[in-house]
Amino acid sequence: MYVYTVATLLGIYCILTLGLNTITGIAGQISLGHAAFLGIGAYTAAILTVRHAWDFWPALLAAVAVTAAAGALVGAAAIRVREDFLAITTMGVNFVVVAVFLYFPFFGGAFGIGGIPAPSWPGGSLGKPGLFLLVLAGVLLALGVNLWLLRSWVGLALLATREDEDAARAAGVNVRRFKIVAFTVGTALAGLAGSFYAHFLTFISPEDFGFAFSITILCMLVFGGIGTNRGAILGAGVLGVLPELFRPLADYRMLTYGAILLLMMRWAPHGLLGDESALWRALARRRGAP
Amino acid sequence: MTLLEVTGLTKRYAGLTALDRVSFAVSEAEILGLFGPNGAGKTTCFHCLSGFAVPDGGRVVFDGRDVTGWPPHRLAQAGIARTFQIVRPFRNLTVLDNVLVALGHRRYERLGALLGTWRGREPRRRALGILERVGLAAEADRMAGLLPLGMLKRLEVARALALAPRLLLLDEPFGGLAAEETAALAALVADLRAQGLTVVLVEHQMRVAMALVDRVVVLDHGALIAAGPPDAVRGDARVVEAYLGTDAVARGH
Repeated sequence: MYVYTVATLLGIYCILTLGLNTITGIAGQISLGHAAFLGIGAYTAAILTVRHAWDFWPALLAAVAVTAAAGALVGAAAIRVREDFLAITTMGVNFVVVAVFLYFPFFGGAFGIGGIPAPSWPGGSLGKPGLFLLVLAGVLLALGVNLWLLRSWVGLALLATREDEDAARAAGVNVRRFKIVAFTVGTALAGLAGSFYAHFLTFISPEDFGFAFSITILCMLVFGGIGTNRGAILGAGVLGVLPELFRPLADYRMLTYGAILLLMMRWAPHGLLGDESALWRALARRRGAP
Repeated sequence: MTLLEVTGLTKRYAGLTALDRVSFAVSEAEILGLFGPNGAGKTTCFHCLSGFAVPDGGRVVFDGRDVTGWPPHRLAQAGIARTFQIVRPFRNLTVLDNVLVALGHRRYERLGALLGTWRGREPRRRALGILERVGLAAEADRMAGLLPLGMLKRLEVARALALAPRLLLLDEPFGGLAAEETAALAALVADLRAQGLTVVLVEHQMRVAMALVDRVVVLDHGALIAAGPPDAVRGDARVVEAYLGTDAVARGH
């Protein structure tokens, strides 16, 4: 059962890094507030199922929709700000969202919301293996969304926006619209993860969704290789499992992540498996010369 | 036939009038030179025509439509393409993909943008065709960030051509190029005009530019001071004054 617990958590991390990859990796819009959207999704799902007795599935859809709407709003704000200002804006969004959860009694204050029911399947409630399979399906869905985007003209417009906004506009790309698209899609995935997270933990509180967790998600993405989906999954897997394997490390989690982020930025900015990383290029060479 | 008509175009920046009621017209399939000394307002005019600046007054009519104040992507979709003086390639995309971004200009406004793919054979074939025209087909699969300046200048033109424009705005396309590169690019521009494309050219390298253009508009201090065929403008007293600054000498600065 412990294995399922860890695997489910890793799956949720994967959905988060894949969603952040849509926003920051593909569209180039830095976000330091991804955990806030996880929180919005988790609280939506929790409030609807606990207080309004909604079924798991409609609550999941609502969580995705509400989070995507919030993401679209932040994306609309991102139109006016670029790069470092966007980083500060999204960071601010994270603090505001946590503060709202904390100070409005509606959200249960510091105690959060408990007693969140286990996800149900037609015919009964899902056990831990069942929830894991559900999260796995969510990971595949998130991966599918990103692969689909990258293959479509929308994906090319997002890549162009990342590379050079003015050149993209001159090439006929409505940069404003595509920034909103990126934030909407990426945060919708965070909303999906949020619903899973709430039903997985059965209890959520504001500090689960703080700025530190946003940095953790970003760190996973950078570690694996920002801009690539394989990097997002690898980063979430490796950095997610490390604290489980080395228990003492768990106490120094933020220190470790911070150090990794610094070291990667200095010596391996493309992550372990980014397109330009040493490892990936070596692999590509081997495939190229059989 | 007139393709572009600019009437009373005015742009102010914090009290400075960068463009002061400038009017001119560009006919179809001609190359118009937009000249003037540094700070004359060429770049501002260029920005107003390509949508990167919104004019404070005046009108821009393109192909019978009032396009004043349209954003860049709409102008690009409508058939006004521009290049950047300081090259702006999508550095982490291949040369081919750089062109594909512009090739997609008609799709981005539609839901079909989610359904079609840019990785198909047909888009690649069309992009390669454009790269061939500017002589970059051999570099198609290289990362754009790795190209030397001469090639990046041509990539700017390729990206603009991918918009299938009716009007091409070239912002100092010859700056920083070696002599043979300049000659090749000038030949390409002349060739495009022969195929019916209309060009507005901002350029500092007078020798190349004067040989290329059909007509010239000269700006100084934001105002239009001369317009006409290159030979007539070359001898214009006000133009000579603007470039050589005899008035500044006379006022004892």
